[in-house]
Amino acid sequence: MNSFTKAQILGVVVFLAVVFVGVPLMISATGRSDLYFTLTSVGLLAIASAGVWLTFYIGRINIGQGAFALLGAYVSAILVTKAGVSFWISLPLAGLGAAIFAVLIGLPILRLRGVYFAMVTLVLTQVVTLTALALPITNGAKGITSIPLPSELSVFGLVLIPDFATLENPRAAFYYTTAILMVLTFAAMYRLVNSRLGHLCRSMQQNEELASSIGVDITYIRLLIFAISSFLGGVGGAMFGSIAQSVYPSSFQVADSVNFMLNCFLGGLGYVFGPMLGTLVLYFGWDLLFEFGKYQMLIYSSLLIVLMLVLPNGLLSLRLPQKGENKK
Amino acid sequence: MTPLIEVQNVTKKFGGLTANSDVSFDVQEGEILSVIGPNGAGKSTLFKMISSFLTTTSGEVRYKGERISNLKPHIVARKGVVRTFQETTIFKSMTVRESVVVAQHLRAKASLAGYFWSSMTAKKDIKDFGDYADELIEFLGMTHIANEQASNLPQGNLRALGIAIGLATDPKVLLLDEPFAGMNHDETMRMVDLVKKVRDERNVTVLLVEHDMPAVMKISDRIVVLNFGEKIAEGTPLEIQNDARVIEAYLGSEDDEIGI
Repeated sequence: MNSFTKAQILGVVVFLAVVFVGVPLMISATGRSDLYFTLTSVGLLAIASAGVWLTFYIGRINIGQGAFALLGAYVSAILVTKAGVSFWISLPLAGLGAAIFAVLIGLPILRLRGVYFAMVTLVLTQVVTLTALALPITNGAKGITSIPLPSELSVFGLVLIPDFATLENPRAAFYYTTAILMVLTFAAMYRLVNSRLGHLCRSMQQNEELASSIGVDITYIRLLIFAISSFLGGVGGAMFGSIAQSVYPSSFQVADSVNFMLNCFLGGLGYVFGPMLGTLVLYFGWDLLFEFGKYQMLIYSSLLIVLMLVLPNGLLSLRLPQKGENKK
Repeated sequence: MTPLIEVQNVTKKFGGLTANSDVSFDVQEGEILSVIGPNGAGKSTLFKMISSFLTTTSGEVRYKGERISNLKPHIVARKGVVRTFQETTIFKSMTVRESVVVAQHLRAKASLAGYFWSSMTAKKDIKDFGDYADELIEFLGMTHIANEQASNLPQGNLRALGIAIGLATDPKVLLLDEPFAGMNHDETMRMVDLVKKVRDERNVTVLLVEHDMPAVMKISDRIVVLNFGEKIAEGTPLEIQNDARVIEAYLGSEDDEIGI
């Protein structure tokens, strides 16, 4: 079932080579090490967007990923600063925390469909921001600052990841970490979408009543997918917090949640790798328009509208056959 | 012989409106039983309560002695009582074969994680699903359209696709929602034969809701007639045709609807 074509394998190899060899080489050649930070951001945003894409896959418009990213960032920051937990342990726990929150909040709101679900998730980001402002453990508006860089990770004395603080270039280290996480995320997503769970998601996206009539426990699948989605948001947010070494209630706002969704739209809702491309284009597109000054937003928005009119199935529909969810 | 499905004193109220009032009847294993009645008689409501798409206000539905009303639809499907929908309810952007493969969810032996990691059981399942889909599609005479996208199919084929999706779950009882609605005479007769073939060759008990009278008379072993939410008659097609209350119920609305 999952035999890859030669073109697909070649695509993956080229992609991995660019990410792990090409980009670092280019950066050391041009000396623009700030690009590490930019590309790390793109990678993390792509991971969070992948989660949003997954909720689209069960037919739900999710504008709440910012809430889960913020939650993940706080969980990791609190664990590292207050409980002295290693960042590498706090990272999956941040994802898990976001996933548990998603299950609790998902139980009531996942019954909603269409614009109603979208509106509730939109509010969710604001709710988490306001909660972070009010709680003592999150330190209110002052946020959590001076989070130490990720410490050493070793198993039985074998150092797997060195202490980031001792590194000459922690930015590059963050870049590699993010790149690995992103590759793992999208590999898992690709597998998920092409396995039975993905097929069930598609059946639910197209008709929930019919899906339940063939014995699919739609409540369970909805919760499972929403939890996975939020897990990715939490992990992305925790990484962001660690890179910035600080988390504020305004670290992720409603605008970020909207952007996560736009990344998916732009890349293409029918393609697993859509969110990755969408994030890249949207992030750099915004930066490229910087020189237009006060017209930046106007041009940016107009371009987005035109793109959605011309390519309603996203950028990837330009190159890929209509039905193939191949690797780019 | 104990009945396969027992509908016991089922009542459904929507606010002040009573859609079904104290309806009781049995479905025997292997029969084709039709529920008929003029528009607004409460057929669809009853149908949804049997498949747990709606809860009952009082009374219950039993399958092999076990209650199946007021559960979740997927649990009822798991027990072997599966409903179909009218033609618009399909997986639009899947092909016929994909739909039938997906619909075999209940036959899966591997877990979702097993499919993710591509375990041995999952691989066997996937092959088994494909084989069974091909067999079912051939059984229903849809081989020539197996790879057509569902949204491109004409109405008649959509009805057959709905039955294919229902059959893919290996049901013991198939509930058909107006399988002949909007069909011309030839299409209806073909569908009648198909439903009979399903019952005879797949050992599926069929309960259908319909208002196409000639088709119902031709296909049914027994008929239950509803009017204003109440059961007014039950019997063989011959008995129903000569039942004074049934004739009155139908003549009271539209006389050509009987068509016999």
